[in-house]
Amino acid sequence: MAKVLMKGNEAIAEAAIRAGCEAYFGYPITPQTEVLEYMSARMPALGRAFVQAESELGAVNMLYGAACTGARAMTTTSSPGFSLMQEGLSYIACSEVPAVVVNIMRGGPGLGNIQPAQGDYFQMTKGGGHGDYSPIVLAPSTVQETVDLVILAFDLADKYRQPVYVIADGMIGQMMEPVELPELKPPQRPERPWALTGAKGRPRNIITSLQLDPPTLEKVNLRLQETYKRIRENEQRHEEYMTDDADLLVVAYGTAARIVKTAIAKARRDGLKAGLFRPITVNPYPYDTLRKAAEKAKRLLVVELSAGQMLEDVRLAVMDKRPIHFFGKMGGVVPMPEDVVDAMKKALAEA
Amino acid sequence: MSEAKEEKIVFQRPKALCDVVTHYCPGCLHGVVHRVIAEVIDDLGIQEITVGIAPVGCSVLAYNYIATDFAEAAHGRALAMATGMKRVHPELVVFTYQGDGDLAAIGTNELIHAATRGENITTIFINNAIYGMTGGQMAPTTLPGQVTTSTPTGRDTKLAGFPIRVCELVSTLEGSAYIVRRSAYNPSEIRKLKAAIKTAFQVQMAGLGYSLVEVVSNCPTNWGMTPLESLKWLQENMLAYYPLGDYKVKDSVKELMAKK
Ligand SMILES: Cc1ncc(C[n+]2csc(CCOP(=O)(O)OP(=O)(O)O)c2C)c(N)n1
Ligand code: SF4
Repeated sequence: MAKVLMKGNEAIAEAAIRAGCEAYFGYPITPQTEVLEYMSARMPALGRAFVQAESELGAVNMLYGAACTGARAMTTTSSPGFSLMQEGLSYIACSEVPAVVVNIMRGGPGLGNIQPAQGDYFQMTKGGGHGDYSPIVLAPSTVQETVDLVILAFDLADKYRQPVYVIADGMIGQMMEPVELPELKPPQRPERPWALTGAKGRPRNIITSLQLDPPTLEKVNLRLQETYKRIRENEQRHEEYMTDDADLLVVAYGTAARIVKTAIAKARRDGLKAGLFRPITVNPYPYDTLRKAAEKAKRLLVVELSAGQMLEDVRLAVMDKRPIHFFGKMGGVVPMPEDVVDAMKKALAEA
Repeated sequence: MSEAKEEKIVFQRPKALCDVVTHYCPGCLHGVVHRVIAEVIDDLGIQEITVGIAPVGCSVLAYNYIATDFAEAAHGRALAMATGMKRVHPELVVFTYQGDGDLAAIGTNELIHAATRGENITTIFINNAIYGMTGGQMAPTTLPGQVTTSTPTGRDTKLAGFPIRVCELVSTLEGSAYIVRRSAYNPSEIRKLKAAIKTAFQVQMAGLGYSLVEVVSNCPTNWGMTPLESLKWLQENMLAYYPLGDYKVKDSVKELMAKK
């Protein structure tokens, strides 16, 4: 298919539609509202479900309901709304139903602002709600990659019957880039023997996250952990950029990684050998591949639009084998590539 | 030997009611309401197309008793979940079963908006004026002066405000089609309750909008009464604040009822 120029948020919506999303629920919040607006026109026109929910609590539980019937379903939100969804997402994970959630992060904490930020990393990658669950989190850094990862999110959600998150920010949500989308097809529903569709010709199904008996709940937890193990073994994704000869390995994801790429080109013109390690799955985190990549470099620099959250995962991967520096901006402040180049130089100078 | 006479079955367990012992306290009306719902499901022949949603509250295990597909919602979110299901499967009959804390405190937002959107969903609402499951705290429906574990000297309306009348509130919303209050304290009321639940399901199946049947119920355990005392207390105290009756019956519903 030919490429079309699309805004990130609209591309997310259209990608979900092409992935066979049958139900969308959302609540307005900048900078993701265009997804909701786009869906409000497209979904009913295609005979699919769209509800503007009364709140993010409503949206996530509508998602849960639709997911229980076996439909591919999605909600999108931004940071404060994502906070509100945590209880529901914990239920979804425990109930083992597939669901896709996109968080177009904004500056926080509190009401914060609507500028690009990555301050929700802990909340998204470490569970966020109560209990031992571990959602898959995909972090695109271009609009095309956002399209691809939204589609992948639906496939992974189906495959593992778990919530899958796509993590981006206002920069990616609002920018326009050329994208290629798969063809529009009617939604296909694979066999889902567990779904609530009316107990016709089969024993009835019950979907619950309640297990009053501790050994039974332990069994559910062990099954979840088994799923997360399979996910860790099969679904880690990352990109390496100019890492072969790099003295300085910069680790960044999403919008921060875009800026780092530009910064690396500038730094290399100044004779500074830097490369980028970009996790695409920020959960499961590519610990082993990062460890190997780090061994080739002298030192590391983590760049984030936060106080240093992914930094902890980088430390877990590299331990104290290499010095790890950090450069971060908070509150919706987006660094210029030059700022990153300065941070790179500083990191190497400290050697 | 005289010829064996064919016997007529006058009473049996509804097909849609599981043959198990419930966890409810002796004398609790939750069990009675479950049975009535199961009878209606049998009467309408909808067991294979019905999905129930259990709340968080004493009836959290309703899915162990009513024999249809079932989900268990987060506290207060049953109607959001029901909305998600019904929008992708309009052919299903979707009902929520909720207590007063679940529906009228933590879930009020979901209630009001599901009703105002006119979702084709049915809610069976158990008003027992108390939080049963957590051990007898004040509910949004606790009566003024009523003693609970969190209103130890009786509900003081200056501190804790006034009880919510759900039917009166929801009936003001355009999307609500059939909103009625019943009880289950004697066989005659149980019969009326059954008729109302049947109508509520039929309203949903005809796509006429949101339907809710409130059941003025009891909680002998946390009221600190015997089952019989609790039924007496219900009649003497609750019915004055929560009068039984029809609060909203849309014309379209009246037409439907006239046809049936
Ligand atoms: C988010 C959340 N808050 C609180 C609770 C604890 N909780 C469980 S049941 C309940 C009250 C239920 O009361 P009601 O809805 O009146 O039902 P009943 O038990 O009386 O049938 C509460 C507060 C919970 N499970 N989840
Ligand atoms: S605690 Fe009250 S509402 Fe709960 S089962 Fe016992 S009597 Fe019924």
